[in-house]
Amino acid sequence: MDYKYIGKSVPRIDGKEKVSGAAIFGDDIDFGANLLYAEIISSTKAHALIKSIDTSRAEKLEGVVKVFTGKDFPFKFGLYMKDRYVFAQDRVRFVGEQVAAVVARTPQIAKRAALLIEIEYEALPVVLDQMDALKDGAVLLHPDLADYPHVPWFFPKEKTNIAHWRKTRKGDLEKGFADADVILEETYEVPRYAHCAIETHVAIGKYDLSGRLTVWSSSQSPHTQRHLFAEALAPLGLTHKDVRVIAPHVGGGFGGKAGVTMEIIPAALATKLKGYAVKLRWTREQEFVNTYQRLGVVAKLKIGVKNDGTITALDHKIYWDAGAYVEYGANVVNAVGLSAIGPYRIPNVSIDSVCVYTNLPPGGAYRGFGYSEMLFGLESLITTVANKIGMDEIAFRRHNAILEGDTTAYGVKMNPNGLLEAIDKVKKAIDWDKKLVSKDPTKALGKGFSLFWKAPAMPPNASSSAFLKFNEDASINLIISGMDIGQGYQTVMAQIAAEILSVPPDKIRVETPDTDRNPYEWQTVASHITWSSGNAVKKAAIDAREQIFALVHRVFNLPIDELFLEDEAVKCNTDKSFNLPLRSFIVEGIATKDGTYKGGPINGRGMFMPEYSSAAGDPETSQGGHPNVHYTVGAGALILEIDKETGKMKVLKVAEAIDAGKAINPDLIKGQITGGLLQGLATVLYEDMRYDKHGRLLNPNFTDYKIPTSMDVPDEIIPIIVEVPQPDGPFGARGIGEHTMLPAAPMIANAVFDALGIRIRQMPITAEKVALAILDKGGKTDG
Amino acid sequence: MAKIRITLNKEKRRLDVETNETLLEVLRDKLGMKSPKCGCDRGDCGSCAVLLSGKSVRSCLILAIECDGVEITTLEGISQDGMNKLQEAFIEFSSFQCGYCAPGVIISATELLKANPHPSLDEIKEALSGNLCRCTGYTPIFDAILAATKKEK
Repeated sequence: MDYKYIGKSVPRIDGKEKVSGAAIFGDDIDFGANLLYAEIISSTKAHALIKSIDTSRAEKLEGVVKVFTGKDFPFKFGLYMKDRYVFAQDRVRFVGEQVAAVVARTPQIAKRAALLIEIEYEALPVVLDQMDALKDGAVLLHPDLADYPHVPWFFPKEKTNIAHWRKTRKGDLEKGFADADVILEETYEVPRYAHCAIETHVAIGKYDLSGRLTVWSSSQSPHTQRHLFAEALAPLGLTHKDVRVIAPHVGGGFGGKAGVTMEIIPAALATKLKGYAVKLRWTREQEFVNTYQRLGVVAKLKIGVKNDGTITALDHKIYWDAGAYVEYGANVVNAVGLSAIGPYRIPNVSIDSVCVYTNLPPGGAYRGFGYSEMLFGLESLITTVANKIGMDEIAFRRHNAILEGDTTAYGVKMNPNGLLEAIDKVKKAIDWDKKLVSKDPTKALGKGFSLFWKAPAMPPNASSSAFLKFNEDASINLIISGMDIGQGYQTVMAQIAAEILSVPPDKIRVETPDTDRNPYEWQTVASHITWSSGNAVKKAAIDAREQIFALVHRVFNLPIDELFLEDEAVKCNTDKSFNLPLRSFIVEGIATKDGTYKGGPINGRGMFMPEYSSAAGDPETSQGGHPNVHYTVGAGALILEIDKETGKMKVLKVAEAIDAGKAINPDLIKGQITGGLLQGLATVLYEDMRYDKHGRLLNPNFTDYKIPTSMDVPDEIIPIIVEVPQPDGPFGARGIGEHTMLPAAPMIANAVFDALGIRIRQMPITAEKVALAILDKGGKTDG
Repeated sequence: MAKIRITLNKEKRRLDVETNETLLEVLRDKLGMKSPKCGCDRGDCGSCAVLLSGKSVRSCLILAIECDGVEITTLEGISQDGMNKLQEAFIEFSSFQCGYCAPGVIISATELLKANPHPSLDEIKEALSGNLCRCTGYTPIFDAILAATKKEK
């Protein structure tokens, strides 16, 4: 298909704003003199009962407007499970949990007052490890778990610390292992990680004198936030129409700004301070300890394969450290519990994905939504088992790769995909078969390979909608509610509308959303927005086009089927001389001979919901529903250089291929691959959240928690786009943003093994860990 | 409270500052310059970089009171007369994603190109090593800076 704007790397439409300093982020908005500042008093205990809170000294400080505690807001919230309060009520469950707030005239006064609040705790036993939390007699974090409202596809186990247990069963596991020639069992561990968007969370709530709550929020989820605010604050008499969320530009999200975390605090505080705006901005330290983190994982895998390389069975048990509240994080557990076979055709499968409460900060969405953690173990084991039977690991992966029409673990047919093409292209790009020998005797070289897949994890009714409004000059305002968290959403949506309406993308303006004016969008998460919102935008553009053709037909009596749009004008196949520029009528109507006008402003609307999606699978097997709309697949490979004395590693070359379905803007996809890969590589090589035995995070800043700098970029990154169209995607497109991170950990682990014969099963794979492993091996590093 | 005089984006300004206010706070809250961003408030991320008499500094680490008599340039100042070659290259190469680090990155790159109009890739990496970007993987930033130097030839 020959497109004019689709498949073209048109420049980002937010470019001038963002490189000139004009782009407005949440903290940049000026609220005038009636702005108040909130400061949070956080729990210093990982698990304790709150005996008393003395706010009297803080209240006396000049400039303090009010001090609030849990008593003021006994409201629960949560996206998938309502297990969290705006402020701790009778007990705290992690270090950093919000217990009270000071609202003051200046941030300095608020900070000073916060130090004057005295809280008396009665310590409870602390459980910081999911395996400990599962033991008989472990302290219960949520004794009332059975009463918590949650989505129907979650299965909490009352009187335990298990918030959700996703079981997937397929085929006959015992027979599968009986059929195997080789069976391997291994355990893999992944720690917690932090998103580290450079903009910390900020939200400003204003409850005006008419009883209207507006929240400006650095958010990936404006409509979901409005919904959760309205639900949580309903006891105050607020309804959805009274709550408005405005989301300016967002300085990075990666899942950390999905759903609601700290934003509920200024929203709630504002309701008690009519007429003021109340601002809360997390410091970098607060950002580390009281937003979502990536969940920790212990994964126990058992795989059976035949000598010909066929996988016969997989038993995959994944225990997640989901933290003190699982209101969003439990869905990570759910998503992976459905998909922990990886992109493989496996006839006999058992998956147990177990969501466990611990006294650490709440886990939640993070780019990759659990698949990175799951793939670290699985793709390490795949390489190990291929080596064990003496088969080339890429040939092994090709042999077992899931193809269109194969069944997933939950019994649904796999969507069209370019997995084999991705494997072959990566293999070629990295020159896989060429044996590497380092010229430097102190260095070892290794190659690592990994496949990946991921489906958007969404409720079955997650939907998108779009309004499209023409202006007099045939320029367009596209009014939608997805967030451009950096991926280039606004540009891609403009390209879709541009293609249908034959208006250049640079004549289309897409602004950040306001829930009052922009139509509904579930959330900008799950790498589904190009697909879902793209469908809605396409439909809105088609709706506008149909109105245009109907009007032209009415006035000129030309057959609708023969009309088309080209270069901002209506043209006709049967009357080549007909050329009616959009700007001549698109708002002001078409003038007729009798001096009347026909038509009027053209506005399009579109919506999309995947009506085949269903979460109604059997709780014991996950068979029977259609929980995922589709999977995006891909492959990655890299060359790693390891200093045999220090363990220091350097990625010399990395290739990653991803099946985008249709690359609406190839350069933006390549940008996602480059950025996502570096973020992924950092989680393997040096990022690491360290907690002490009291549950306190030891490295909540960029000095001690290392994220990559410009000096850490691999020498060569080769992004590869594969295009096997998604049948229900806009122009065939699928999401790719999160997937770019997924193969990083197993690629490194497999390359370390290739170089040194050392298999590391705990992330991160730091230089220190590698150096110690080399010493353990007695200096034998040739594997 | 103390009185200081500065030249901000070529305009002479006088203002009162608290002795404990950072340059970043004063620029953002008192002078309305929102391009310097607060990302860490302790000099780690570089989002708050501005030019102080031509040298890039982290404005979160400098007290405003120390800036009496100096010339300060923010990204707003650089952008007043339209996009320069560096900024055009940033748009061409999508050298930003969320855009939050972009002001600080452009300030650092501006300082680099002034001192060294034709830097090598390694020199670019070195000059940007204090600006954290979580989105782009840095490569598109390197590409833009290299392209901008070619444009100037």
